[in-house]
Amino acid sequence: MADVAIEHPTSTGIDSRKLAMWAFLASDCMFFGSLIASYMVAKNRSVVGPYPDELINIPFTSVSSFVLLMSSLGMVLALAGLQRGNIPMFRIWTLATGLLGLVFLGGQIYEFTEFYHEGLTLRHNLFGSTFFTLTGFHGTHVAIGVVWLFSLFLASFKRGLVTPAKSLNVEIAGLYWHFVDIVWIIIFTLVYLLPY
Amino acid sequence: MAVQNRTEEHVHAHPGIRTYVEIAVILAILTSAEVAVYYIEWMEPYLVYTLLTMSAVKFLIVVGYFMHLKFDHRLLSYVFFFGLLTGLGLVVSFLALFSHF
Repeated sequence: MADVAIEHPTSTGIDSRKLAMWAFLASDCMFFGSLIASYMVAKNRSVVGPYPDELINIPFTSVSSFVLLMSSLGMVLALAGLQRGNIPMFRIWTLATGLLGLVFLGGQIYEFTEFYHEGLTLRHNLFGSTFFTLTGFHGTHVAIGVVWLFSLFLASFKRGLVTPAKSLNVEIAGLYWHFVDIVWIIIFTLVYLLPY
Repeated sequence: MAVQNRTEEHVHAHPGIRTYVEIAVILAILTSAEVAVYYIEWMEPYLVYTLLTMSAVKFLIVVGYFMHLKFDHRLLSYVFFFGLLTGLGLVVSFLALFSHF
């Protein structure tokens, strides 16, 4: 009885929180769409260097991409664990996902500092402005996701906060995390892999 | 009871753990293929289309399976794809406006 999730009836049959997260993600698509549009328009139009092909390290960024992709696997395994009532499995995979997110962020910070040391700044040229804005906002999203995941991990140690009946809370966090991953899928292709 | 039944249905509709791992392997292979294509010289004329296609496939796989949209209520798909297509339209419009086509 204590663990029963009380749902308010909705006209759609969808939990309002879940619908709200999807609506937020739709708006975030537009947000990143505008940043990506700016980047693509400014691509190859910098008047001064350093230029992208002088800086971008594909092998390094490929590893970062792989890390973030695997974190999405961790996220679904965490949710699966919780839905099956396996709290240790939930904890392990939530922690793993958060740690992989931190590894990704570490890679981003390393990349940013390397670019900075080569002379690229937010206001140095078009590439600097659009690159740092786009990847910076993405990195901020990842950071928020990492905090969220670690919060869920810690909350799982407090009785009644993270339970199978309340798995929607983790599912919603998972939606956010996967979104962050799919944005990076696009950024990795457009910013790093497409030829300059 | 209605809540519990809905939760059970929702759990049963989720792919299994094995499926998730298989999907992750597919995503890893696609990512590796993207990087490989980047380095293959004779693929250069097809690079843009190949990369965009592979990215789109990865995107849809994550959205459909990891984000569970394939198995969820249609309204969620409408909401998400409205935002996605608006963002995509913005990108295409900007590229056209600044004569990238």
